[in-house]
Amino acid sequence: MSTGTRLAGWAFAGPALIVIALFFAVPVLAALALSLTDFDIYALSDLDNLRFVGIDNYVNLLHEPLFWKALGNTFYFVIVGVPLSIAVSLGAALLLQSKLGRFKPFFRTAFFAPVVTTVVAVAVIWRYLFHTKYGLVNWGLGGIGIDPIDWLGDPQWAMPTIILFAVWKNFGYNMIIFIAGLQAIPEDLYEAARIDGASFWGQFRHVTLPLLGPVLLLVGILTMAGYFQLFAEPYVMTQGGPLESTVSVLYLMYEQGFKWWNLGAASAVAFVLFVLMAGITSGLLWFARRRGAE
Amino acid sequence: MAGQAARCFRLALLALLVFSLAGCARKTDSREVVRFWAMGFEGEIVAQLIPEFERTHPGIRIQLQQLPWTAAHEKLLTAFAGDATPDICQLGNTWIPEFAALNALEPLDSRIAGSKAIDVADFFPGIWDTNVIDGTVYGVPWYVDTRLPYYRRDLLKAAGFDKPPADWAEWRKAMAAIKAQAGPTKYSILLPLNEFEPMLALALQQEEELLREGGRFGNFRSEGFRRTLTFYKEMFDQQWAPPVTNIQISNVWDEFDKGFYSFYISGPWNIAEFKKRIPAARQDEWMTMPLPGPNGPGASIAGGSSLVLFRSSTQKPAAWAFLEYLSSAQTQEKFQALTGDLPPRRSVWNVPRLAKDPYALAFRDQLERAKPTPKVPEWERIATEMRLVTEQMVNGQINVEEAATELDRRADKILEKRRWMLDKAVAK
Repeated sequence: MSTGTRLAGWAFAGPALIVIALFFAVPVLAALALSLTDFDIYALSDLDNLRFVGIDNYVNLLHEPLFWKALGNTFYFVIVGVPLSIAVSLGAALLLQSKLGRFKPFFRTAFFAPVVTTVVAVAVIWRYLFHTKYGLVNWGLGGIGIDPIDWLGDPQWAMPTIILFAVWKNFGYNMIIFIAGLQAIPEDLYEAARIDGASFWGQFRHVTLPLLGPVLLLVGILTMAGYFQLFAEPYVMTQGGPLESTVSVLYLMYEQGFKWWNLGAASAVAFVLFVLMAGITSGLLWFARRRGAE
Repeated sequence: MAGQAARCFRLALLALLVFSLAGCARKTDSREVVRFWAMGFEGEIVAQLIPEFERTHPGIRIQLQQLPWTAAHEKLLTAFAGDATPDICQLGNTWIPEFAALNALEPLDSRIAGSKAIDVADFFPGIWDTNVIDGTVYGVPWYVDTRLPYYRRDLLKAAGFDKPPADWAEWRKAMAAIKAQAGPTKYSILLPLNEFEPMLALALQQEEELLREGGRFGNFRSEGFRRTLTFYKEMFDQQWAPPVTNIQISNVWDEFDKGFYSFYISGPWNIAEFKKRIPAARQDEWMTMPLPGPNGPGASIAGGSSLVLFRSSTQKPAAWAFLEYLSSAQTQEKFQALTGDLPPRRSVWNVPRLAKDPYALAFRDQLERAKPTPKVPEWERIATEMRLVTEQMVNGQINVEEAATELDRRADKILEKRRWMLDKAVAK
């Protein structure tokens, strides 16, 4: 490669690299450095009060039962929430693509509406819907003979309620991506399948799903990265309660960092979450590459 | 079209002239500027008191900045880090230890000693004490807040009690009687599990300190604190209190009106809320009462806001003059009329409006027994742990002994840095 070509290459990649270095690498390294100290309000008043603590923040974190609980809650949310969210999005997209559908623009808007509403405003309504005594949900369940459930007050039910809330709030976004993906599938493939006698289910499994592969991967990664950062929903619905059953890793970080100003410990939480998400996303990409979906 | 453009141009020119004139006018204002930050509702109302001060102090102009409570703490810390703190500020009195530890606040002892407007003996002692850190005064109480029970007079009467309970023993009897009348779907008292204040108020009634050795260690295994834990747990175990949070209740006033509970420990702002939200016909069914203690009327939390000067201020004399004005009995009385907040000075309580308000009476009485929380910057965090651990206890996951031990463990861990700092200061 001539020097000219190499220079041109760097010139084209340069702006992007600078942006990545400035807004990604530097903050990540700064967070790593901060996580090795015990930066808090005392250090804010006088830097002499800052101690280098090595990996103590991480060791403390791993010995903290609440961290493991938060990690467990976050995984619960991701493992149940992500597949459910994708399934609902795909289902809604298929319904909207179906030739039998009516009032499609209306439903498309209605399904997308939760995405653009404010989480705080919607949470107020959801809290009433899921109110133990006056909630519409318990009233409906009462109609079919099911005893009232303490949705947000029972540690067993709080996380499922949060998952339902998050899925409802977010499925419209993925639905739009799926609709775009579905529209890209050539109609003649379905026609050929029908001529071969494939049922609706057969068409879905052997035509729709394989051709949606790359879109599914994209949606899967985006949703998972988003769901790992669970924060707003428990913050507005339960404040981490009851009995810390809805504390997520990010919620833990928020409390450490912005409520108690323990920026050292909070950075350690953030870094653990970063490593975890980077690892899982790479794993997913590796898996997809092996299956040839990319 | 051309005529219109010309008119637009002339208008723009005129606007430019007006703005530059206004700019000139601002430049000629040679008054000393005092920057004042205030929060929430009080921050809005205090604007009405500024013109009077500026009239009597022609050389000073007050620049008021209003902060929402939710952002205030963060904004103040950022301002401190960036050397941009105001001259005078409203500060929640539980934040004072933190900002004193940051060395951000101006000691006020000598100014108070020389002041005519501020008479220390006129302030409630427990409230005043929240502003004193290691013997130095850092703030002057502005308005106060304490917690006590709101109760249903009619339901208490129906259960056979003519007057509200004064100590824990009577309170127990009253709660048991109300529960017996109310049945399984209703309760005697609401102690929201997402608030640490009711539990904290009951804990402050004990003689033992909540932290020992000058705030180096937790003191939650003390006899007194365990007594409070036992009483608190008993209220849930006997089904006198429902194990719920405020969020689950949704509308605490409406549920109180429906008799879902007969006692509700809350602060003075709810006087106005209950007056507004309970239908006129049933207004006389509710009342306030002093918080019962283990033996006779007990202590409660000394909350509220203080006014402080920042150490980095260059306008201290002017800022102090404004603080004196806001703290004088006269201004306090006007402020009380505008906000409905409870004044920290006894003399202001003598105005008929307050002295004759039956709902305020219990607060007047309670304020004499208001007690500060431990004055360490870490306190709010420890109080939050207290809430989490007692929630586990109420749910039967741990017993009283385990809760006390766990609380001490968590408090000692949180106070580790403080111990290191104190030891370092001693070594120097």
